[in-house]
Amino acid sequence: MSDVVLSIRGLSVEIPTRAGIVRPVDGVSYDIRAGEILGVVGESGAGKSMAGNAVIGLLNPPAHIAAGEIWLNGKRIDTLKREEMRRLRGKEIGMVFQDPLTSLNPLLSIGDQLTETMLTHLDISRAEADKRAVAALEEVGIPGAAERIGSYPHEFSGGMRQRVVIALALCAEPSLIIADEPTTALDVSVQAQIIALLKRLCRERGTAVMLITHDMGVIAEAADRVAVMYAGRLAELGAVRDVLTAPRHPYTHGLMASPPLASHGKARRHQIEGAMPRLNAVPEGCPFHPRCTYAQDKCRAAPAPQIAEGHAACWFPMVVEKAS
Amino acid sequence: MALISVSSLTRVFDVSKPWLNRVIERRAKAFLTAVSDVDFDVEERSTYALVGESGSGKSTIGRMLVGLLTPTSGSVEIHGINLATEADAGKIDKIRSDIQMIFQDPFASLNPRWRVRDIIVEPVAARGGDTTGMAERLLEQVGLSALDAGKFPHEFSGGQRQRICIARALSSEPKLIVCDEPTSALDVSVQAQVLNLMSDLKDNFGLTYVLISHDLTVVQHMADRIGVLYLGRLVEEASPEDLFSDTKHPYTQMLLEAAPRMDGFGREAELPEGEIPDPINPPTGCAFHPRCPIATDICKAERPVMRQIKNTRVACHLAE
Repeated sequence: MSDVVLSIRGLSVEIPTRAGIVRPVDGVSYDIRAGEILGVVGESGAGKSMAGNAVIGLLNPPAHIAAGEIWLNGKRIDTLKREEMRRLRGKEIGMVFQDPLTSLNPLLSIGDQLTETMLTHLDISRAEADKRAVAALEEVGIPGAAERIGSYPHEFSGGMRQRVVIALALCAEPSLIIADEPTTALDVSVQAQIIALLKRLCRERGTAVMLITHDMGVIAEAADRVAVMYAGRLAELGAVRDVLTAPRHPYTHGLMASPPLASHGKARRHQIEGAMPRLNAVPEGCPFHPRCTYAQDKCRAAPAPQIAEGHAACWFPMVVEKAS
Repeated sequence: MALISVSSLTRVFDVSKPWLNRVIERRAKAFLTAVSDVDFDVEERSTYALVGESGSGKSTIGRMLVGLLTPTSGSVEIHGINLATEADAGKIDKIRSDIQMIFQDPFASLNPRWRVRDIIVEPVAARGGDTTGMAERLLEQVGLSALDAGKFPHEFSGGQRQRICIARALSSEPKLIVCDEPTSALDVSVQAQVLNLMSDLKDNFGLTYVLISHDLTVVQHMADRIGVLYLGRLVEEASPEDLFSDTKHPYTQMLLEAAPRMDGFGREAELPEGEIPDPINPPTGCAFHPRCPIATDICKAERPVMRQIKNTRVACHLAE
């Protein structure tokens, strides 16, 4: 269980613009082990999706990987040629995007999309692929899978479409799934179903999952470990229970207090002042210091060093109150 | 007297295909009942929240409250005046200036070619009112700088834009603001700022809010009364305390159970059954019965009426 599937080391993504180079991902390192769900959480513009896109080699030019290494199952993949990367995508890395309607081909039946993926990546016969497609749909909980195999994406509801996308992502038996906001477009009651499905399938198959979301509640319920991102940097990394109950980084602390908790009553919500800096105006030093109530001169001078597991990228990490 | 009084409000949309398709494909006309027989009252200076998943009719109700849509049947009365049927144009005009709306997407609801000053004073300027210094004053009240009045919307972040929308809504000194998902498009840390601002303004200006949201936790702190909608029908209405601690309707229970919780580490929630049915062909009887864990025969046959149980109003045959 402890074998590392994906290892990101000091990853930086840069976009050259007329006003200079912006760095949406800046020196990020984390590992994901087999059968583990790593939650990547942050607000919009934190670089969480950009890091995911870098892993699957889907950065839109002129964005490019400027530094760092990405290793998948002991093989370095950030230096692969386009053609090699294309073969890896879908086979080794499955993807689930936010909007299930735009990630399915509207002109192909879902059965065709599933078999095409399998025939491309697996060495199996057409008949075998057809059989596996039905099995895959059954596994993700689509009722009457054998009849619905010829249906088109528009004939499904949003939740069912997302199930199809998950079946597609898993059908070539990848070792890593990147799920970028998989439930943001869905209703609460359907979201719970999809998260449970993702959790169950990955546990059964030992697939590693990078779950990118802005919803701390989803992270708490689904993830094993969590990486909190802020302005392209990793703010905090650790086991989900530790990070959420005893956050060390002031940003995580503020984020945890921001959503209204059921126990808080009618009091004012805790709020973090200001907003995340724009990428072309990330402040010197720790990017969070203008919003941080604890900031000192050291924070303004230099960013805190990049971090290891269970630590926060902060010069003055908050004292861990031991949660019972 | 209640500020807003909504009684048996119904809105039906014609979603038929074009007539040629109907002739060739031999299809009947199709109607979608977005809101069906909804009753509620909103007290002055209170916050009433409408909560529901997509397709529950919450935005349609909001639009009927402000008069952007006319009801198919039933009525919305504001200060006892029904905007859809009132003949006296002067009275309608008076009521209209008391109502404002804040929309979900602050990127789509501000004109990109107008300066912030013009955007904010427009509700007053359109009626020929005096707007000197108004934009600057309002900007400071919503936590922006008076110097921002000369800028364009693209120079602001999402949270700041929503503050501009709030300033615009305040300019005509309304009594009622209908907020349609005011924080859904915003980041978590910014959501708290906007909600806190809205609470402060409510106290300062004596406002009444109708807050539309899909997220029960967002409205929990703001609302004095919460109405839960399912498939265009009001299924439960209660104060936040009662709704969260003594939930009556099985749908509300399902919503609360399904919402991801920050302290739910590795929680295996009891999963909701199925999805929201097609509103063009809603289920018979209680709309929730196909997904309801406790449904009996009467639920399939008869639509439950609103009943008062202690301080909660609930539309369920089996609630007690």
